[in-house]
Amino acid sequence: MKTVVCIKYVPDTSEAEVKVNPDGKTVDDSRFSFDINDADNYAVEESVLIKEDKGGEVDVLSIGPKQSEVMIRMAMAKGCDRATRVEDDRIAEHDPLLVAKVLAGALKEKEFDLVFTGCWGDDFNHMSTGVALAEYLGVNHASMVKKVEVLDGKVRAHRELEGGLMEVVELELPAVLTIQTGINEPRYAPIRGIRQAQKKELNVVSLDDLGVDPAEVSVDASQVVLENLYIPEVESAAEFIEGEPEEKAEKLASILTKGGLV
Amino acid sequence: MGDILVLAEHRQGVLRDISFEMMAIAPKVAEAMGGEVKVLVIGSGIDELAKKMSEYGVKVIAVDDQLFEDFNAEKYQKALSALLDDLKPAVLMTGQTAQGVDFMPALAVEKNLPYVAEAIDINYEDGTLKATRNIYSGKVNATVAFKPADTCLVTIREGAVEAPEPAASGDVEKMDSPLKEDIPYRKFVEYIEAEVGDVDITQSEILVSVGRGLKEDKNLPDIEELAKAIKADIAGSRAATDAGWIPHDRQVGTSGKTVKPKLYLALGISGAFQHLAGMKGAKTIVAVNKDPEAPIFAVADYAIVDDMFKVVPALTEKLKELKG
Ligand SMILES: Cc1cc2nc3c(=O)[nH]c(=O)nc-3n(C[C@H](O)[C@H](O)[C@H](O)COP(=O)(O)OP(=O)(O)OC[C@H]3O[C@@H](n4cnc5c(N)ncnc54)[C@H](O)[C@@H]3O)c2cc1C
Repeated sequence: MKTVVCIKYVPDTSEAEVKVNPDGKTVDDSRFSFDINDADNYAVEESVLIKEDKGGEVDVLSIGPKQSEVMIRMAMAKGCDRATRVEDDRIAEHDPLLVAKVLAGALKEKEFDLVFTGCWGDDFNHMSTGVALAEYLGVNHASMVKKVEVLDGKVRAHRELEGGLMEVVELELPAVLTIQTGINEPRYAPIRGIRQAQKKELNVVSLDDLGVDPAEVSVDASQVVLENLYIPEVESAAEFIEGEPEEKAEKLASILTKGGLV
Repeated sequence: MGDILVLAEHRQGVLRDISFEMMAIAPKVAEAMGGEVKVLVIGSGIDELAKKMSEYGVKVIAVDDQLFEDFNAEKYQKALSALLDDLKPAVLMTGQTAQGVDFMPALAVEKNLPYVAEAIDINYEDGTLKATRNIYSGKVNATVAFKPADTCLVTIREGAVEAPEPAASGDVEKMDSPLKEDIPYRKFVEYIEAEVGDVDITQSEILVSVGRGLKEDKNLPDIEELAKAIKADIAGSRAATDAGWIPHDRQVGTSGKTVKPKLYLALGISGAFQHLAGMKGAKTIVAVNKDPEAPIFAVADYAIVDDMFKVVPALTEKLKELKG
């Protein structure tokens, strides 16, 4: 099996204060911590599990800055074989269709049976890149996959639907699968793997290297315009309980008991 | 001109809520664009579903064909591709659901049309169609404008708006399926129902629910202690079930369970919309989170901004005391 896993370096905004820059189109990411997108982490693990089970190799593909090489090396430490990092500031990053077009450009000369992406990005949550990529490549796809069974010339993908219902579909290979979190238990990189990863091949390429016309994937090429970002007003009717942690606990305990809630 | 084509979504013979929710958005956009709302129902044996959608006073187009017995993204893409050429709507709207996300991006690429995923609202102003999206862990909104095109493609977040009540009766028009033969390269195999566990959290009176803030499973005893003190069942966010701290059948949210307990304690849960959709119907919601900006506070009745590991043990002690 030849698998390509597409991963993205994203900011963790779940606990961070987010501020919009004066340009109104970007957020101040100077204080964010970045790491692999959650779903992509599961995609890396799934690609390595398949390699361990069926043999073959795994290529990593990522569009991102130099700093993201930590993440790429980590994927290689877990068992991926080589990596390509696309760096080019002419790519319209807000448009998942154009991001997919760049990824397709990077894959057009490659042989593969499977391509994995995460099913959603923690930053923009489009859930679109992988499915768009399949269309550009002209191959089959299934999204939100929580179990992969590789068969002869085919793959069975268990798609996770709302309410936890699974839809099992069978696709002819090659295929793109967008991987959902919880599909496996991502491993920690072994020390030996971390050392080996430093020696693995990591190619850095631009749009020109890929033969992708920048005019076709630029902000101007996008059919949607990111007009502005703003912090939504949150109306909270909540009673905020104040004090030291113990006082808060005490006040809450009395609210709950007096109100007959417990 | 200016018509909004809405794809109604159904599964196992039942229309999904998103189909009705889109009826809160499509009519106002159609009015602003000077067109009408048309609802497309694709499936096999869908008379009842088509009729139910027509009760929103809209024109329903029913494509009833054996080939659409089960959802298949490739078949939907083929059918919609042909229908877009035929009907030329200004907007094609579907849910950002397991169905919508499986074909809309591919359709947009195939037809080279503008596409916005997971809008929470859409408006038409000064000749431009604009979508509002909610990004970066729900903390930022983005306004995205569509460039002029024959058809703009958009998917709507589930639960973003309240579904209106049906208002008037409309017509159902049957249309021949544009898909003439089955496709060999993608096959629907079967549905597998979610596993059933020892506790059915949809029936619980009190739920203590934990998220990624738990950090590791060795912190669970504190939570179990609290749950025991108030006879609560334990549940979790997707992050907590993915990590294996909490069994999968106890996940609260769109891809888990919808719960309506008397009391829901959310500990170290940020409040992603997929989570909120599963618990905002709880009678009383208490949230403990160290991030004052956490979206969970928007639905909470009582809020504590603090470290859960400092609050929870003290809370357990106090509750034990008070309950004697
Ligand atoms: C298709 C799809 C379906 C999904 N379905 C669901 C679903 O059904 N249910 C669901 O829950 N999610 C679902 N999700 C995932 C959802 O988007 C979020 O990723 C998830 O809910 C995050 O879980 P969390 O709040 O536990 O973690 P995070 O978002 O990481 O939040 C952790 C929170 O803990 C707080 N915290 C950390 N440490 C402490 C501490 N010591 N004390 C107090 N607070 C602390 C942080 O401030 C933060 O707010 C789905 C996603 C997708 C793409």
